[in-house]
Amino acid sequence: MKLSLLLATCLLTYSAWAQTDVQKRYQTRLIMAEDGSTIDLDAGTFTFTGSLSLEDKKRIVIRGKGVDKTILSFKGQTDGAEGLRVSNAENIVIENLTIQDSKGDGIKTMNVKGITFRNVKVEWTGPPKAENGGYGLYPVQCDNVLIDGCTAIGASDAGIYVGQSRGIVVKNSKAYHNVAGIEIENSRNADVFDNESYENTGGILVFDLPDLVQKQGGNVRVFNNYIHDNNFPNFAPEGNIVASVSDGTGLLILAANNVEVFNNRFLRNQTIGTGIISYLITERPITDKGYYPFSTAISIHDNVYERNPGPASSRGRYGKIFDAILKAGQQVPHILYDGIADPATFDKDGKQLTDKRICIRNNKNQSLVNLDAGREFKNVSFSPAPFDCQLAPLKTTAGNGR
Amino acid sequence: MRTYIIWSLLLLVGWLTLASWRSDAIPEKLSDYGFFTGNPAAQKPAPGVVPYSLNTPLFSDYAEKLRFVKLPAGRSVTYNDSSVLNFPEGTTLIKTFYYPLDFRNPAKGRRLMETRLLVHQANGWKALDYIWNDEQTDAFLEVAGDTKTVSYIDAGGQTRQHPYTIPNLNQCKGCHNRNEVMTPIGPSIRQLNGDLAYGATGAENQLTHWQKSGMLTGLPSLANCPKAPVWNDPKTGSLNDRARIWLDINCAHCHNPKGPAMTSGLNLSLSETDPTALGILKTPVAAGRGSGGHPYDIVPGKPDESILIYRLASTDPGEMMPELGRKTTHSESIALLRDWIKAMK
Repeated sequence: MKLSLLLATCLLTYSAWAQTDVQKRYQTRLIMAEDGSTIDLDAGTFTFTGSLSLEDKKRIVIRGKGVDKTILSFKGQTDGAEGLRVSNAENIVIENLTIQDSKGDGIKTMNVKGITFRNVKVEWTGPPKAENGGYGLYPVQCDNVLIDGCTAIGASDAGIYVGQSRGIVVKNSKAYHNVAGIEIENSRNADVFDNESYENTGGILVFDLPDLVQKQGGNVRVFNNYIHDNNFPNFAPEGNIVASVSDGTGLLILAANNVEVFNNRFLRNQTIGTGIISYLITERPITDKGYYPFSTAISIHDNVYERNPGPASSRGRYGKIFDAILKAGQQVPHILYDGIADPATFDKDGKQLTDKRICIRNNKNQSLVNLDAGREFKNVSFSPAPFDCQLAPLKTTAGNGR
Repeated sequence: MRTYIIWSLLLLVGWLTLASWRSDAIPEKLSDYGFFTGNPAAQKPAPGVVPYSLNTPLFSDYAEKLRFVKLPAGRSVTYNDSSVLNFPEGTTLIKTFYYPLDFRNPAKGRRLMETRLLVHQANGWKALDYIWNDEQTDAFLEVAGDTKTVSYIDAGGQTRQHPYTIPNLNQCKGCHNRNEVMTPIGPSIRQLNGDLAYGATGAENQLTHWQKSGMLTGLPSLANCPKAPVWNDPKTGSLNDRARIWLDINCAHCHNPKGPAMTSGLNLSLSETDPTALGILKTPVAAGRGSGGHPYDIVPGKPDESILIYRLASTDPGEMMPELGRKTTHSESIALLRDWIKAMK
């Protein structure tokens, strides 16, 4: 009895020691890494109590043995606001590994010129909940971002989030059970394609928000994605902009400019297949004088829309709006436009400048509503005619042929 | 005989190589620097090493700090009234963190935790951290940080015990960072403009002392120098001034337009005048659950609805602010900031 107690104590002490040892060993490798080197991580599950960080390095590859083979677990984390953090670096590749249960964001990269996430999974295990970290993959203020073959699960904000960055490709990736699956925010020149975003509250968000260093993103193409069943009840903590996203949202474009959405399949997103709205409809205050709150030059074409019959989700505000504007038996339209346009984009005859328009054409099962929310929903219209136009296609993201 | 000469030559070359390598290497022990005379734990500065203090310092889990600056011989810093002093190459800033065993009675002894160095080299500032051994005989270089448990009797007579985190070298730059360049945070004219008890000469204003000893040039009359209030001494400044200096030293190293928290749009520098940038009715950007369910950073008159208070009170790493270096809640400064927000209209 006494002996086993002693043994147990020894084991406990040893495992605690081993844990801090692994933290120190990995962190030391990240600090000491020479530019141009590869940090190979072993297979297995490694538990960390604090963030790992890489700073001021060039041409570093952090490579595991594969998704779900090399698992960096931050369950029980007591220090640091993210799992892995990379800052002020150039040409960094993170690949073939899984990050689990970080207390804050999964992988945050800031001020990195050239950041690649390839075959990386970031997840919060267990049922999705507000206590999960905010962002899974979180490049912010980066140039040349490539997210390829990644998976994000359970983020209480966005699974894959690219903020205030330039030159972005998000492809071949999966996001599910997050509040937002994929979000492109205040970012320029982004291609989001060949992804599957499903069972989130909102599948894909393209947002521009005020009070940020990088203003006015845009030039975003969303194509060849499979965006389906995004009806998960919103579990974002109140206060965050995503907390205002209605469940049942496929794609939401908020105050963004030059966005082209094509060849996507929007299936069974029960509230808004695709929404185009202004920041004004959020009724949040705007004091940022450099901020442009309208969505302009948006093109939605050649997509497929399907939804199950029945009402929109009643949890968000749009359920109530649809209750008020739909006739009995009328189905919820697939595409929603809040109708709040920048007055400065209209000529004296009241016609919107051709390159600033919202164009919606050639979508399978297309149906739409213009809420005219700027004039208290006075002229709600379901007519597709005002949107039957075509914008010049956006060019592919420059300098990102990886 | 010949072999003997060859062997001695080889030995000499080896010794020289080793010596040059040694001079390049980072010292393993704090005592190798010679910053202190006698027992290093007594922290008695050697000649040329000058103690200093800040009027309102960064909160670090109630740890007390001993600060020293060592300028290169014959060099000085130039007065500037707005930012951290521009210390010349060759300067070392030395900061030792410790806990008195009993905050009510310093004579009962103390436990030194770590000594952090900021060394101004030819290619910029470099951070190094030395962790004190349990015997308190010396401190040893550690790049990857550590966590220790501290226990002490606090100023109210309560016994407290909590983890104490020693940062890794990357984390140093998490705070000491302006435009991704490592930078000191504390020693500005404003923060140094106060009295310090110097061993033999007694108490003296630090700026006057630095000027007299040739460390500082271009100093105008003291009355014309900005002076940071002491955050918890109402005699030294208004509620607003004390709250703003506290936010400046505790938050603005990240929350400034060139700092690591620039992505948030929240700027808590003393110089910020835009109410939204300061957080007033500003919506969060990437707060996640750090919002605590509140829509704005600061709601005038309502500290309980302000994210700022929520994140300062939290000790959960996913929501707390600052992100690093805090395991406890600084209830005294939260009381100050609550009063500040309450008084806002």
